[in-house]
Order: sequence, then C-alpha cells, then structure tokens
Amino acid sequence: MVRVTTFYDVTVIATESLSKRFPRVTALDRLSVDIGPGVTGLVGANGAGKSTLIKILLGLSPATEGRAEVLGLDVATKGAAIRERVGYMPEHDCLPPDVSATEFVVHMARMSGLPPTAARERTADTLRHVGLYEERYRPIGGYSTGMKQRVKLAQALVHDPQLVFLDEPTNGLDPVGRDEMLGLIRRIHTDFGISVLVTSHLLGELERTCDHVVVVDGGKLLRSSSTTDFTQTTTTLAIEVTDSDEHPDGTRAVRDALHARGVETDNEGGGLPGAGHILLLTAQGEETYDLVRDVVADLGLGLVRMEQRRHHISEVFTSSDEQRKEATVHGG
Amino acid sequence: MAVEHPPATPAGDQSRIHDIGYRGYDGPRLGRAYARRSLYSQTLRGSYGLGRSVKSKVLPMLLFAVICVPAAIMVAVAVATKAHDLPVPYTRYAIIMQAVISLYVASQAPQAVSRDLRFKTIPLYFSRPIETADYVQAKFAALASALFVLTGAPLVVLYLGALLAKMDFGHQTKGFGQGLLSAALLSLLFAGIGLVIASVTPRRGFGIAAVIAVLIVSYGAVSTLQAIADSQGSSGAVPWIGLFSPVTLIGGLSSGLLGGTNTFPGDGPSHTQGAVYLLVIVGLVAACYGLLLRRYKKVGL
Repeated sequence: MVRVTTFYDVTVIATESLSKRFPRVTALDRLSVDIGPGVTGLVGANGAGKSTLIKILLGLSPATEGRAEVLGLDVATKGAAIRERVGYMPEHDCLPPDVSATEFVVHMARMSGLPPTAARERTADTLRHVGLYEERYRPIGGYSTGMKQRVKLAQALVHDPQLVFLDEPTNGLDPVGRDEMLGLIRRIHTDFGISVLVTSHLLGELERTCDHVVVVDGGKLLRSSSTTDFTQTTTTLAIEVTDSDEHPDGTRAVRDALHARGVETDNEGGGLPGAGHILLLTAQGEETYDLVRDVVADLGLGLVRMEQRRHHISEVFTSSDEQRKEATVHGG
Repeated sequence: MAVEHPPATPAGDQSRIHDIGYRGYDGPRLGRAYARRSLYSQTLRGSYGLGRSVKSKVLPMLLFAVICVPAAIMVAVAVATKAHDLPVPYTRYAIIMQAVISLYVASQAPQAVSRDLRFKTIPLYFSRPIETADYVQAKFAALASALFVLTGAPLVVLYLGALLAKMDFGHQTKGFGQGLLSAALLSLLFAGIGLVIASVTPRRGFGIAAVIAVLIVSYGAVSTLQAIADSQGSSGAVPWIGLFSPVTLIGGLSSGLLGGTNTFPGDGPSHTQGAVYLLVIVGLVAACYGLLLRRYKKVGL
C-alpha cells in the first residue's frame, strides 16, 4: 500500500547561498541546492559540512547567511513545525541501554506529539517494519550494532514523518548489515512514501540506493545530479573472458581484436586479484556492449563478466576540482 | 440455545493480517506542550524507578520508606500518649531528615539528566518539536515534584495522625500548610541545585558525589561555623552564616517566616532576616533555571 505523496514536483529541501561560519571554520559556504522527493544521498568526507547542514535544516542552528526551506517551511522561523514532520537518525550511539526498544520508541513517539495509544500502535508497526520482532522487549544494552541501528531508524520513523534525515546509517555495520540497511532505506521511500536524505562518505553505496546524489566538500556544493547521470558518466567496462585451446590467452586475444577495431583498452585492472585477466575499456554507448559481445563470440571464448566499474568519490572530487578551477576563472 | 454464530473468519484473512504494508498516521499531533508533559511524567515516574528496572526502584523506594517511618512512629506515640501536640513541628521535619532528602537528590538528579547526556539521547529530544526551555522545565518540574512527594508524604502522615489524636484542628492545619510551603520551596531549591550539578557531568558517579558534597558537606560546615560563632559570642552572625547551605536556608526560612522552631544555635533569624532567606532561595532557584538553560543551549545535537 503505497501512500500517494502529494508533493511531487515540489522541492522537499531548498537552500539558497546558505552559509555557516564559526570563528575558526567555515562549515558551509554559499550552498544552493534543491532536493526533490525520493532518496537523496548527501556525500562528503568527514567535516565536509553534512552534519552542520542537517542541524540547520532541523532549525536548531541559525545560518550565518542565506536561507533554507524544508517542506516549504522556513528553517529560521518554523523550526518546531519542521521537526514535527521530519525524522532524524543521528550518526552516533543515542540509545539508553537499560530500557527495551518498545519502551524507548514509545517514549520518542510521544515526544513527537503522538497520543499514548497511537504511540504504542505506531511503535509496534514501525519496529516490525525495520525488522525487530521478539527482541524488542529486551533491554537495548544487549543488542547487536545492526539491531541498534534499526532502533535508531525506528525512532526516526515512528511519527510517520514526510522526510527523514539519516546521518551515516551504515556506519559500523558488516557487509550484510549494510546491504540490509540500504534495502530498508530504499523501502522507506518506495513502500512508506517518506522522502529520505541520507549522508555517507561512501559514494559507492549511495549510488545503489539513491535517486539523487549531492556531493559537498569543504562546505561547498561540488555536484548535484541524479544517480543515473553518475552512472552514465562512469561507464568503464570491466571484461573477463575464458581461455580456449585456440586462444591460450583469451584476454590478449580479445584485446588485440578490440584494438583492431579501434577500441582502446587498459588492463591494469585496478590492482585487483587476477588483474591481468581483466580488461578495462570506456563504453561509448550501447554499441560498445554489442561490439564486445560480438568480438568474444567470434573468438569462441566464454564471457565470464562484463560489468560497469563505478568511479570512486575521489574521481568526483578530481573532476569537480577542474570544474571549480573553471568556475574561478569565469568568476575572476 | 441454538444461537447462530456468524461464520468464523476464514484462515486466509487471518494470515493476511501479518502481511499488511506500511500504514501512515493521520491522527492528531499534540505538539510541544504535550511533548513537554510526556517528558515530565516520564521523568517523574523514573525518579521512583517506575517504568525502569527493579534495581533502579530499590533506592528511591527505600528512601521514601525511611523518611515516612519516623513520622508514623511519632504519630503512633502521640496517639498512644494522648499528647496535645506533635513532638516535632511540621516545618522542622525536613531539617531532621535532611540527610535522606540529600541522598535522594544525589541519586535521582543524575538519573534525570546525566543519562540523557551519557547515552547522547539529547539530540533525539531536540530533533523533535520541543525547545531547550521545554526540556529544562520538564526535568526541573519533574524532580521538584518527586522531591515534594518525598518531603510532603511524611507531613501528610503527621497531619492525619494529629487529626486522629484529636489535636487542635486549626493549629494543626496551619502548621501543616506552613510545612507544605516549606517543603515546596525545599523541593524547588534542591531540585535546581541537584540538576545544575548533574547536568555538567555525563558520569553518574561524579554527579552523585558532587551533589552530596554540596548538600550534606555544606550543611555540616555551616552548622559548625554557626556553633563556633555562637560560642565566640558573635551570635549576631549566626543567621547570616545560615545563608550558605541549602539545608540551613530552608531551616532559617521556616523559623524566620513560617513560624517554625529555631534550628540554629542562639537566637533564630528575625522576620527581616527570614525575608532575606526567602529572597535568596527564590534567587537561587531562578539562577539554577538560568544555568540549566545556558547549559542546554550548548548541548544541541
């Protein structure tokens, strides 16, 4: 049962040359960004200004200059109204160990203004949705990191907000827990109809989850684009083929055949195990995939893998450094 | 009795209950004032260990029993001996029991605020509709109420006992009223001091030790100084020295303004000095509130 969100084509978060300066540091520097409904990733290294931005958006810390709106409400004057409709999951541990998840989340639901009965019902529902069952009656102190993260998520969702801020929700989780959390975050939007702003310092994991990614560094906006744009620009293909009697070194055979057709390859393989067997090439579009398929088939080899290699956040920084230089040239 | 029952719900429907998707919430959102009340009642209940583990119920309940038992004994003796007045005036009871009250503040003030700091729960509160002032007011009011229950309950026992022993109704009611007023001021003052100290440290142990130091040690020091001043012949200084510990503040106020018996060596505070005591108490409570606000402005997320 997907709830109909009434704010399609409306910006959920809008900032306009938002700045926050502390005596010694500039945490945010004229940040202007519009964020629509859906799952949005906010990426940046530690100290890039992500947490400062969330604080301002919750109406808890005044901006030095510029303005921001959340759900159409001005953060400077409508803080309480915003916080009633928004959920927040902090990065650090925030749970008392001596109470059960149920008691804790009920209390937090009431702190969001839900009447006692509704608070109990919503708590039971929400804990079930985040995947906590019998253990919810036990004290939180005995929970695993993954379970604690779920409780933290539940308290952010219990009052059925229109938007949640999730600060580094995958921190400290093992790969399986990370995948489960990312799946859950995706469901918050698709199944619950709640928009999500999720921060991370790992671009890779956000690409899979988010509709839109905003990259900040040093309080400045580096890039804001939909995830599909990211994937389009990052189409390095990795290819691995089998060897056959005819071609004892299948990789070399494919590379030569591709070179013969004018396609450049790069087989350093990124230093991965078995790197010598992996060919990297830049895809120009659909036809590159077809070409690789045909070449491999003509040689009678088996195609073990053909996958997109995604860029790391460092590459986003590099390319945007160039953009920034251009910007300074134009601006100067 | 062949009453026709409606057909039982098919099993399929029941199993579907477990598979309902996400349901939104369209009900009322009661806002700031309600959230503040919820925080108040949660903290007040927590001050007696209600809604918490069995272990955390032991100390507050024990102290509650300890403070009520002497009152019950006094009443029993008074009724048995057909006395015409209670052995201890209402306003004096809290002073006699000051160690118990101080222990209670020392154990429960950190419970009320240090936990939120230590487990970093504060950001979760401030990401909700309430403001800093709401949090401080809720915590302050809750601890003061818990203390008022602790200091008021034995007075109720004494009053009921006095009525049972058919003592003079008017006299007893006046004394009871004065006792409650003094208990209320004591609750506000002790809660304020306890919370300010506890809000500085996320460590419960430090909080407990610091509160005990301020309440009990200052009382010991001030009483000693008063005794020395009195024996040195400067008894005029005695009431002024009393301004420097929370317990003697309440004691001086009771004897100066509320008609209680003098608990100081030598002469008790005059009416004027009683008024100074009241001003100092009100000022201290306001100062504690201000300090707490300042403290929590900084905590934030």
